Amino acid sequence: MEGFPILSLMLLVPLVGAVACLFAEARAARMIALIATLIDLALGIVLWLNFDVGGAQWQFVERAELFAGFSWALGIDGIALLLILLSVFLMPICIGASWKSITKRVGEYMAAFLLMEVLMIGVFAAQDLFLFYIFFESSLIPMYLIIGIWGGDNRIYASYKFFLYTLLGSVLMLIAMLWMVNVAGTTDIPTLMAYDFPVKAQTLLWLAFFASFAVKMPMWPVHTWLPDAHVQAPTAGSVILAGVLLKMGGYGFIRFSLPMLPEASSYFADFVWALSMIAVVVTSLIALVQSDMKKLIAYSSVAHMAIVTVGLFSFNVQGLEGSVMLMLAHGLVSGALFLCVGVIYDRLHTREIARYGGLAVNMPKYAVLFLFFTMASIGLPGTANFVGEFLSLAGIYQVSTWAALICGTGIILGAAYMLYLYRRVAFGEQKNADAAALPDLDAREWVMLGALAAATLWMGVYPESFMAPMRNDIATLEARLAQAAPESDSHFEMGEPVPMADHADAAHEAAEGGAH
Amino acid sequence: MSSILIIVFLPLLASAIAGLGNKALGNVPAKVITTGALFISCALSWPIFLSYLAGTAEPSVVPVLMWVQSGDFAFDWALRVDTMTAIMLVVITSVSALVHLYSWGYMDDEPDQPRFFAYLCLFTFAMLMLVTADNLVQMFFGWEGVGLASYLLIGFWFRKPSAGAAAIKAFVVNRVGDLGFMLGIFGTFLVFGTVSIPEILAAAPGMSGATLHFLGMEFHTMTILTLLLFIGAMGKSAQLGLHTWLPDAMEGPTPVSALIHAATMVTAGVFMVCRLSPMFQAAPDTMTFVTLIGGLTCLFAATIGTTQWDIKRVIAYSTCSQLGYMFFAAGVGAYGVAMFHLFTHAFFKALLFLGAGSVIHSMHHEQDMRYYGALRKQIPVTFWAMMAGTLAITGVGVYWLHAGFAGYHSKDAILEAAFASGTEMGRTAFWLGAIAALLTSFYSWRLMFLTFWGKPRWSQSEHIQHAVHHGHDEPEEANPARQEDSGHDVSHHVPSPEEDDGTAGYHPHESGWVMLVPLILLSVGAVFAGFVFSPYFVESESFWQGSIVYNEHLMHEMHGIPTWVKLSASIAMLIGLAVAWFAYIKDTSIPGKFVNQFRQVHAFLYNKWYFDELYNLIFVRPAFWLGKVFWKQGDVGLIDRFGPNGAAWVVERGAVVAKKIQSGYLYSYALIMLLGLIAAISWVMVR
Repeated sequence: MEGFPILSLMLLVPLVGAVACLFAEARAARMIALIATLIDLALGIVLWLNFDVGGAQWQFVERAELFAGFSWALGIDGIALLLILLSVFLMPICIGASWKSITKRVGEYMAAFLLMEVLMIGVFAAQDLFLFYIFFESSLIPMYLIIGIWGGDNRIYASYKFFLYTLLGSVLMLIAMLWMVNVAGTTDIPTLMAYDFPVKAQTLLWLAFFASFAVKMPMWPVHTWLPDAHVQAPTAGSVILAGVLLKMGGYGFIRFSLPMLPEASSYFADFVWALSMIAVVVTSLIALVQSDMKKLIAYSSVAHMAIVTVGLFSFNVQGLEGSVMLMLAHGLVSGALFLCVGVIYDRLHTREIARYGGLAVNMPKYAVLFLFFTMASIGLPGTANFVGEFLSLAGIYQVSTWAALICGTGIILGAAYMLYLYRRVAFGEQKNADAAALPDLDAREWVMLGALAAATLWMGVYPESFMAPMRNDIATLEARLAQAAPESDSHFEMGEPVPMADHADAAHEAAEGGAH
Repeated sequence: MSSILIIVFLPLLASAIAGLGNKALGNVPAKVITTGALFISCALSWPIFLSYLAGTAEPSVVPVLMWVQSGDFAFDWALRVDTMTAIMLVVITSVSALVHLYSWGYMDDEPDQPRFFAYLCLFTFAMLMLVTADNLVQMFFGWEGVGLASYLLIGFWFRKPSAGAAAIKAFVVNRVGDLGFMLGIFGTFLVFGTVSIPEILAAAPGMSGATLHFLGMEFHTMTILTLLLFIGAMGKSAQLGLHTWLPDAMEGPTPVSALIHAATMVTAGVFMVCRLSPMFQAAPDTMTFVTLIGGLTCLFAATIGTTQWDIKRVIAYSTCSQLGYMFFAAGVGAYGVAMFHLFTHAFFKALLFLGAGSVIHSMHHEQDMRYYGALRKQIPVTFWAMMAGTLAITGVGVYWLHAGFAGYHSKDAILEAAFASGTEMGRTAFWLGAIAALLTSFYSWRLMFLTFWGKPRWSQSEHIQHAVHHGHDEPEEANPARQEDSGHDVSHHVPSPEEDDGTAGYHPHESGWVMLVPLILLSVGAVFAGFVFSPYFVESESFWQGSIVYNEHLMHEMHGIPTWVKLSASIAMLIGLAVAWFAYIKDTSIPGKFVNQFRQVHAFLYNKWYFDELYNLIFVRPAFWLGKVFWKQGDVGLIDRFGPNGAAWVVERGAVVAKKIQSGYLYSYALIMLLGLIAAISWVMVR
C-alpha cells in the first residue's frame, strides 16, 4: 500500500459517482450510488486492514503543494480511521434506505449523498487546516439541499435554521484559523497539534473553535436546530446527520481544541461540564414528553453527545477513548433508530407515536431489531454504547464526581424515554387498524438493520478491534494534555489503616480471605 | 474444554436458536432445545458443587475473551468458579431447569412459546455471567443482562397495558440502583486502580484508614464505595425504597416469577454483598446501613403481605421480606448465613411460586384468593407441595432435635447471628426480624387457609365463569389481554357463601405431571436443604475457601446466645399460625371486623404504604412536567425565540426599514445627502 493514494481514491470514487448520478435516470442513479458507496466501503476495509496499529501516528499520508502554502494534504490517524470507517459503513445503508422512499429528482438526490460522502471523508482525512475548513463547511451544502428539497412539510424553515446555526460558528472558527496560521507559520495540522500557542491567546481561539464545534455537536443551548432538522430530513438524511455530521463536532474538539489549546481547554473544562450536565438532564426530560418519534430520538442524541463532551473534557485515557467509542456507537445506533422510524414512516407516513401501537404483533422482526437498538441506545452492556458511555463516565468520575453523577442520571432517564417510546410503538393493543395491517420488514430493510446490529454487537463484545487503532493517538493526546489536566475532586488519601475496634478480627479474616 | 464454559454458554446458544428460529422452529423443538440445554447445564453444575462440599475443588478462572482495555482500565470476559459461584450455579441451573420443564405445562396454550423459552434461557445465561464474574464490569454485564431478561419476561404478554408498564417500571427502578453500582465501580477503579474482584478484595482491608471525597464531601473510602455498590444491590434485590418494581413484576407469567423474581435474580444483590464481603467488612458504617435497610425491608414487606388478596403478590412481598433477612445477615457480618438463606430460599420460594402457578392454572388464571377455598381435595399434589413450601418459609422445626424444614435452619441462624453480633443495630435487626417472622407465618398460613381450606368461593370469579361458559379446554385468543389480571380485585364484590355451593359447577383439576414433577423435586429441596447443608454453610470455614469473609468469632458467639433467642423464631411462627388459624378457619368474620376497626391501618398496608403514589407525585409527574416546561418554555420559548427566530425577525425588520429608505426618489436621496453633509460639517466645526 506504500505510496498508493488510497484516501484520494476514496474521495474520487463518490465524486465521480455523484457527477454520473446527475446525468442518470432514477434507476441507474440508484445503482450508481450503491456501487460507488460499496466500493468506498471496500476501500475503507482495505484501509483498516492496512492500518499499522502501533505504527506511525499519521498513515496513508499524501501531500501535494497547490498554491500560497495551501496544500492537498491527506493522512489519517486511528481516530480519523474509525470515523472514516463509520462514514463509509453508513453510506450504502443510506442509499438502501432511500431506495424506494425517494421518487422525485433521484439523480440529484443520489448526487447530493455521494457529495456528502466525499466531504465527510475529506473532513476526517484532511491534514491541512484550510483543506479541513473547506470540507467542514462545504458539508453543510449537500445536507442543506437534502433537507430543503427532499424534506418534510416544514423543510424550508428547518434547512435555513440548520444552515444559519452551523454557519454562525464557522465564521469565528475561520478567523481563529487565520490567526493561528499566521502565528505558527504553517497550515499543517499535525504540526499545529504540537504547537504551543500563547496561553493568553488560547482563550479567544478556544471560544472561536467552540462556537463552531458546540453547534455541530450540538451542545445545549445551541441544539435547537437538530430536532427540526431531523424531523424534516428524509430518513437517510437523518441517518447521516446523526451518524456522521454530529461527530464532526466531537472530532473537532479532539483534533483542534484539546491538542492545540490544552490550557484553554482545561480553563473551560468546568464550563463544558456544566453545559453537558444541563444537556443530559434537560434534553432527556424533553425527550420524555415528545410525541414525534424523530424528535424524541433527536433529543436523545443531544443527551448522548453531552456524555461525549464530558468524556472528552475529562482529560484522561478512559474519557477520551470512551468518547470516541460513544461517537462511533451513537453513529451506528442513532442511525439505526432513525432507520427504524423510517421503516414505519415509509408505510404509514406519520411520525406520530400515538398512531402506532402493538407493532410487535404484526411486525415481529421489526420489533426485535427495534428493541435491540433501543437497548443499545440505553447502553446495555454487550452493545457498543455501553463501552462508550461506561468509559466516558469512568473518565469524568476521575475528575468530577458531580459531573459523573448528573451525567449518570442519563442512564436512568434514557431508559425511561426509550422504553416508553418502545412501549407505545410496539407494545399494547393494536389500536389503529392501519398500523395493525403493516407488513413486516422486507429483505432490504432486514439487511440494513441487521448489518447495523451486527456491528453494534461486535463493538460491544469485542471493542478491541476498534480501540486498538486509536490507542496510541489517545495516549499521545493524553500526554499532551497531562500538564493541563484538572485536579480530581475525589482527593483519595491512603491514610493510616486503623484497626477498627469491633471489626478487628473481621478485618483480619478479610485479609486472609483475600489472600486465598 | 472446561465444563463451566458449557454451563454458561449453552443456554446462550439455546436462547439464540430458539429466539431467532422462533415460529420457523416450532414450539416443541424450541422447548426441547432450551430445556435440554438447561438440564445439561444443571447436570454439569452439581458435580462442581459437590466437589466444593467434599473440599476437593480449587477456585479457578477460565479466560474467555478480551473485552476492554483503556489505559489502566482493563477488564476481560472470564468465568470464575469458587465456592460462592458453585452455590449459585446449582441454584440457578436447578431452578431454571425445573422452571423450564414446568413451563411446558403452564405455557401450553400459549401460541408464542419459542419466544418465552428463549427469554428464559437468555435470563439464565445472564445470571450465570453475573455469578461467574471475575471483575466488577462483567458482574455489571450480568446485572443489566438479567434486567433485560426480566424486562422482556414481565412484558411477555405485551398486549396487556399493565404488563408493559410493569416492565418499564422494573427496568427504570433498577437503573436507579445501577447508577449507584456504576459509580461504585468508577470509585473502586479510582481507588484500587483495577476492577478485578480478587485484587480488590485483597487490597480492601488495607483501605480502612483511607478517605475519599464524593460530591465534595469527605467519606471513609470503603464506606462510600460500598454504599454506592449497595445502592445497586438495593435496586436489584428490591429493598426498601427501590422495591416498588417487584410486586408489579408479577405481571409476568408465574414461572418467571418463580425463577427471576424469587429464586435467582432478586438475590443478585445479596450475592454481590457477599462476594464483596471484604470490602463491606472494611466499612462498618455501611454494614450498619445494610443491616438497617435489611431489617426494615423485612418487616415492611411482611406487613404489606398480610393484607394482599392476590396470591402472587403475597408471595412477592414475602420474597421482598426474605431478601431483607439475607441483607441484615450480611450486615451483621454473617455472610455465610446470608448465602445459606439465599440457597434455601431459592428452593422453597420457587416452590411456593410454582405451586401458586399450579393453583392459578387449575383455577383458570384466577389469582384472587377470595375466590379460592377448599382446594385441598381438588389438587392434592399441589396442596402438599405448597404445604412443604409453607413449612419451610415459616421455619418449622424442632429445636431439641436440630432438625426442621429448610427455612428453620437458615432463618434461625440469621436471627441468632443478628442477636449474637452484639451491636445495637444487630439487636434492632433481631427484633425486626422476629416480628417479621411472626408476620411471615401469619400471611403464609393465611394464604394456605384461604386457598386450601374453607368452602369453595369461586362461583363469582370472572375467570371461572368465563371458563364454565366457554368450555373448559377451549384455547383462547392469542396473546390475550386476559391472563393473570391482577388489578381487578377492587372492581367486583366478594361472594357470599350462601348463594350456592360456591363452585358454579366448576371443578378444578390437578395440573399435569410436567408441572408436578418440578413441584415434587423442589419440595424435596424445601424439606431437606436446610438440614443437609447447614453444617457446610454455617459451620464450616473450609467450605468457603475464603470466597467470603467467614467471621469465626460471630459464628462462635451464635452458640452462646440465650435459649429464648434460639426459640424466638419458632415462637413467632406458632403465634402467627395461631392467629391465622383463628382468623381464617375458626371464625372467618375476624378479618372483616379487624379491617372495620382499623380502617386506616388496613388501607395504609393494603395500599403498600403509598409508595407508588408518593413516587408518582415526586418523580414521575414532575419529570413529565419539567420535560414540557424545558421544551415549550426553554427550547421554543427562550432559545428559539431569542436565538434563530429572533435573529430572523431582526433581519426581516431591518430589511423592511432598508427597503423604505431605498425609495428610488431622487429628492429623498438628496435630502439624506444634505442632512449627512450638515451633520458632518457641524461635527467638524464643533470638534
